[in-house]
Amino acid sequence: MSGFIEPIVGRYVHVEIGGEINRIYFEESGSGIPLVCLHTAGSDARQWRHLLGDDEFTRHFRIIAFDMPWHGKSNPPESQYGTEYRLTTASYTATIRAFCNALKLERPVVMGCSIGGRIVLNLAIEHAREFRALIGLEAADFQQPWYDTAWLNRPDVHGGEVCAALVSGLIAPGGPEAARNETLWGYKQGGPGIFKGDLYFYRVDGDLRGRTRNIDVSQCPLYLLTGEYDFSCTPEDTLRTAASIPGAKATVMERLGHFPMSENPEQFRRYIAPVLQDILNKQNS
Amino acid sequence: MESERVHQGDGQPVSFTPDAVVAAFTAIPDLLARDAALTAHGRWLDVDCLLGPSTQPFHVAIRAGQIVDMTPAPVLMRSWRFAYRATPAALAAYWQKMPPAGWHDLLALTKRGHATLEGDLHPFMTHLQYFKDLLALPRQNGFGGAS
Repeated sequence: MSGFIEPIVGRYVHVEIGGEINRIYFEESGSGIPLVCLHTAGSDARQWRHLLGDDEFTRHFRIIAFDMPWHGKSNPPESQYGTEYRLTTASYTATIRAFCNALKLERPVVMGCSIGGRIVLNLAIEHAREFRALIGLEAADFQQPWYDTAWLNRPDVHGGEVCAALVSGLIAPGGPEAARNETLWGYKQGGPGIFKGDLYFYRVDGDLRGRTRNIDVSQCPLYLLTGEYDFSCTPEDTLRTAASIPGAKATVMERLGHFPMSENPEQFRRYIAPVLQDILNKQNS
Repeated sequence: MESERVHQGDGQPVSFTPDAVVAAFTAIPDLLARDAALTAHGRWLDVDCLLGPSTQPFHVAIRAGQIVDMTPAPVLMRSWRFAYRATPAALAAYWQKMPPAGWHDLLALTKRGHATLEGDLHPFMTHLQYFKDLLALPRQNGFGGAS
């Protein structure tokens, strides 16, 4: 309907990360338990717009999605222009904690997808007490590489086209075409070298094998959900990771791939609704 | 740990005959000729490559996004810049209207070892979505009627 204004509101918050103020763009909707959403590598927080627009969820949750520095409408830190961007376990963890602190969120739930799913595991390992619950989508302690990231940022290959084409196969076939196109559009719009820089965390710096066994879900519940068509972080990768964490809940999502919240929001809703309800029940018990 | 189900791949997820796989592959030039959008996507692409079933690959000549020649390999001393070859079982699965998980993407097939990618990959990577869509064209007919 022409003229319809969505309830999602976007603002900027100044966040000190690594000694420098970053101007971070975030969108939010709803009230209640704070739920912070982390986008995938090389994309931005628009991936979460369907969750933020869900009336049922926003009745009980203040859902917040922010663009990581260098992504979407969060520019690179002023001192970093001209440098090679590389996300690390330490810098990613610091960014999330600083963002939550800047907004004064009290023990938020954090839900991340892909690299966001991986860092959720690190939050569970190192900072579980700060969070009410953690949700990892397409998350595992490690997964086998399936292409050379050097192709993502070189002058003789169009970065947007190759990034989108690579991840297109991670979307489950048969989903809504518009949602598929929108998911890939995010990849076509990423800055040069940003997807590659995010994957430095994923491929090189963020191997959590052997560390996930230290997660104590009695401090903070952990939910892992992975799409059956994700051949990057496979269901087997997630189930192997979950098997090392007593009490972790793992679900394989049918007809979904690596971008469940954006590639097929309606199908994803079937799986995330019970998780959010479980968190709500724990809050009220 | 609670879990639902996992698709376990195997060597042959759908039934097929090798002749049907070759026949489906040889239909690709006609399917491309009827797909103006895909042809336009490849308008900057000129390449000679080797594509198809690993048991019977084809030399494919592409000019401005159109297949101008496709000849069964081997051809004496014919060169190619890159080759993408998949097992007939992999192509039969890839061409399902709803392919099984792990058999639905060219690079999913290479990751699981049912396809190989060799040679100078530059033209393949600059036109990655074009090649994914080109080699998926038989999917629109629902290969083998098994979908």
